[in-house]
Amino acid sequence: MPDKAEARLEPGPEQVRYASILEKGMYVGLLLLFITFAIYALGIMKPYIPLDRISSYWSVNVHDYLHHANIKTGWHWVGMLHYGDFLNFIGIAILAGVTIICYLAVIPILLRNKDWVYATLAFLEVLVLSLAASGILAVGH
Amino acid sequence: MKIDKALLWSGLIGFLFLFILAPPAGAEEMSQGVEAASSGHVWWFWPLVLLLVTFVMGIFAVLGGVGGGVLFVPIISGFFPFHLDFVRGTGLLVALSGALAAGPGLLKMNLASLRLAIPVALIASTCAIIGAMIGLALPTNIVQIALGATIIGICILMLTAKKSEFPDVQQADRLSSSLRIYGVYQEGSTGQVIDWKIHRTPFGLGLFIIIGVMAGMFGLGAGWANVPVLNLVMGAPLKISVATSKFLLSITDTSAAWIYMNQGCVIPMLVVPSLVGIMLGSFVGVRILAVAKPVVVRWIVIGMLAFAGIKAFLKGLGIG
Repeated sequence: MPDKAEARLEPGPEQVRYASILEKGMYVGLLLLFITFAIYALGIMKPYIPLDRISSYWSVNVHDYLHHANIKTGWHWVGMLHYGDFLNFIGIAILAGVTIICYLAVIPILLRNKDWVYATLAFLEVLVLSLAASGILAVGH
Repeated sequence: MKIDKALLWSGLIGFLFLFILAPPAGAEEMSQGVEAASSGHVWWFWPLVLLLVTFVMGIFAVLGGVGGGVLFVPIISGFFPFHLDFVRGTGLLVALSGALAAGPGLLKMNLASLRLAIPVALIASTCAIIGAMIGLALPTNIVQIALGATIIGICILMLTAKKSEFPDVQQADRLSSSLRIYGVYQEGSTGQVIDWKIHRTPFGLGLFIIIGVMAGMFGLGAGWANVPVLNLVMGAPLKISVATSKFLLSITDTSAAWIYMNQGCVIPMLVVPSLVGIMLGSFVGVRILAVAKPVVVRWIVIGMLAFAGIKAFLKGLGIG
């Protein structure tokens, strides 16, 4: 039986769960990103923007890039996953999305512990990150 | 000693390399037409150079104790032909990936505190969205000038800010007590069990409004600001501050990264070589860390940042 100090040295259950999901999401995201990039760079799947034209786009601002390449903002990339370059967005989206899953996973533990304040804060964070991910917030030059 | 000399030389060679690579003034403002923006090299030239430069950057980031994002954005935007919009989007993903890789281990070791991070992250990530929207709405030259000024400010902060391994927190403030933000960790070098608590929480949380906006606006990551606020303002021990800051980036940068991604500022051909370069460089950096002199490395990093900051500032003014 650990004494009080030893017990407190251990991270809480919500922290352990968060870390565990974050770790899995990070590995899956990075692995997918590297695999899909290999598919793209080796020409296994045809890219939307040909590789020999890509350098024509990265020097201009994002508005001109989207306009000239005829690419739509937000989640339209999901409909373009049959192109090698857009396939890479799966891994990127997992890396950017895993934190939302982590927060959703710890809310039940916080509620079970009657930690209402932190459960509310975690829920608000899910809302904030989901809003950012939704593509609703439009900006431009 | 040999390692230090090697680092010094590699830093100088890096500078020279970047100087040679530097595109002519205004090269990025080639809005006359997309065709005109082609750099004249084979398509893989710049991604390959990006991989090599981010590899060196990864080494120096580890040795200099800074995040990859803070080096990435000013250096890549200053010396590569990529538009600042894509550099910021990539910079956020570089910082995010580093934080995701380090976060689980730091949480499991109880060095990163989820209880400390949750309220801070809510403020910083909300403000990072606002910062990203401001950054994408402003003209590029204004963002470039502000970025240059910020980087120069970071150099001054790195030169002047003191660190306190175990800040003296006489009494936790009311807010941190009610949120139960405190903890215990074991100092690995001495085996000592350290109880920690924080103070000045409302002021510290207020500072994360500014930090969040700047992280989103410039795509820098924000470890350079997180650590001093957590450590010097709020009184968290240095190790807890560094670890919680690194973990915090995984949340703050997530919100800003989504904004950049949804606005089209992510080009995989820039993202993946940068991630691979930084990661491989970090692995090598960790090995060199054991034998390198931190002071020498720190001066090289500050020098690199100052040079890139001045370059960004001048570029924004159209004279760099």
